[in-house]
Amino acid sequence: MMHTLLRYLRLFRVQVRSSVLLGMQYRADFLIDGAVSFFWTTTALVPLFVVFHDRPAVAGWSFAEALVVVGWFTLLEAILEGAISPSLTAVVEHIRKGTLDFVLLKPADAQFLVSTARFEPWRSTNLLTALAIWGVAFVRMGKWPSLLGLCAAVVLLASATLLLYSLWILTVSAAFYVVKVDNLTNLFNSVFDAARWPVQVFRGVLRWIFTLVVPLALMTTYPAEAMLGRLSPLALTGSVVGACAFAWVSRRVWLGSLARYASASS
Amino acid sequence: MSARSTVRALPTLVRVGFAEAIAYRAEMLVWVLSTTMPLIMLALWSAVAADAPVGRFDQRDFLAYFLATFIVRQLTGAWVAWQMSFEVRTGTLAMRLLRPLHPMVSYAVENLAALPLRLVVALPVAMLALLLLGTARLPRSPALWGVWAVAVLGGWLITFLANALIGCLALWTGSSIKVMDVWLVAFMVFSGYLVPVELFPGVLRTLVAWLPFRYQIGFPVEVMTSAYDLPAALGMLARQWAFVLAFLGLAAIVWRRGLRRFAAYGG
Repeated sequence: MMHTLLRYLRLFRVQVRSSVLLGMQYRADFLIDGAVSFFWTTTALVPLFVVFHDRPAVAGWSFAEALVVVGWFTLLEAILEGAISPSLTAVVEHIRKGTLDFVLLKPADAQFLVSTARFEPWRSTNLLTALAIWGVAFVRMGKWPSLLGLCAAVVLLASATLLLYSLWILTVSAAFYVVKVDNLTNLFNSVFDAARWPVQVFRGVLRWIFTLVVPLALMTTYPAEAMLGRLSPLALTGSVVGACAFAWVSRRVWLGSLARYASASS
Repeated sequence: MSARSTVRALPTLVRVGFAEAIAYRAEMLVWVLSTTMPLIMLALWSAVAADAPVGRFDQRDFLAYFLATFIVRQLTGAWVAWQMSFEVRTGTLAMRLLRPLHPMVSYAVENLAALPLRLVVALPVAMLALLLLGTARLPRSPALWGVWAVAVLGGWLITFLANALIGCLALWTGSSIKVMDVWLVAFMVFSGYLVPVELFPGVLRTLVAWLPFRYQIGFPVEVMTSAYDLPAALGMLARQWAFVLAFLGLAAIVWRRGLRRFAAYGG
């Protein structure tokens, strides 16, 4: 067990080093991507301004509090862009061309190999934007998160990342059946986009879906509530357990789809 | 490539495009699912309007607006930017250039041929809207319906030409997906797709009137939900078609200049 863990850690280091070396070839991308994602994030704030334009609160959230949720959304977007999306977009391309064979032949877990194939940390300029958004939000509120709240937020960051990753694995698994990348990433983005709003603004079925089926609430609303110091311990444990359960399901689905894979070229 | 041979090729092109849409029906489903954002925004705005109306919009107005938005989006879809970017990168654009037909015409027909399948999605939503809201918000005069039809065509043309324009950039840069991403963000925010343009605060509303996005979705939707009387609608229509012509001119120039650079690597 220990031995396998060490082996995978070593493998992880190799993968990261190779993707950094690869990435250094595209240094100019850093500036372009940075500018693009800054534009993205600020433009995407417009609906929030319009909603809060002439009312102090919506569904129990003030403007500043809603900004904390947007901050979490932006942070997760940075993680997605820098660590999750590059690798998994490459898988879809592998599936389309049939070159996934080469990955499957290697003596290591295929999901691990494809998930760690590419990291592009320089794409994560949104990290800074997220920090700035939180700064503005908490200055407007005139208070800062408690230490306990921050600890809970860090735990939730881990579970949110796990959820995001699992959702991506589910989306990629769909690529075994549907093979156009653009459509899949569009679908993922447009669903994920709902996470920029506190889940309480949605009513009825939709809120239920965003909490239990596509757990967007666990990714942005709950961490924001933890930062604001109003998340119940029950919701905290629920999120962690839920994230683990979701990861397990996505692993099953991935293995199931992999079993269906028939190399495109042979 | 004379006009006559182009017209003669049209029925076949439509058939091919339709067959393609059927063959990639799973993709179509994924695409339709990814255009359900108006429905999410509907949920959001209904919650916001629960206590008091926003501007002139109460909950039922939002319902009408966003269902109309969903329908118009289905009717005005185009995806040439991705197609061109892909075909330039793989060199398969060369195949299109060999045919005795302007590539833009073949792209346009391919995109339009998917319409029947999209109607299959849009019609039930239209039925639902009629069932829930009745006909009170629909325009009364046939002239306004005429304006609506021309506005939807104009909206599709702007979408298609902007796509083509950005697709042409791939002739210089190898890939223009990133530019398209930026365009899409601006489109979503400023077209009335997420927020009715009317609700924008002052400065932004003036800005939006001078951007093309509103004429892609917002304008046809507004006509459909009776936001204009006939003279006002005609005025907006004139602006929309000014944008159509501007994009047509620009796309034509960029296409001609870009094509000189095309080398069909790998093709």
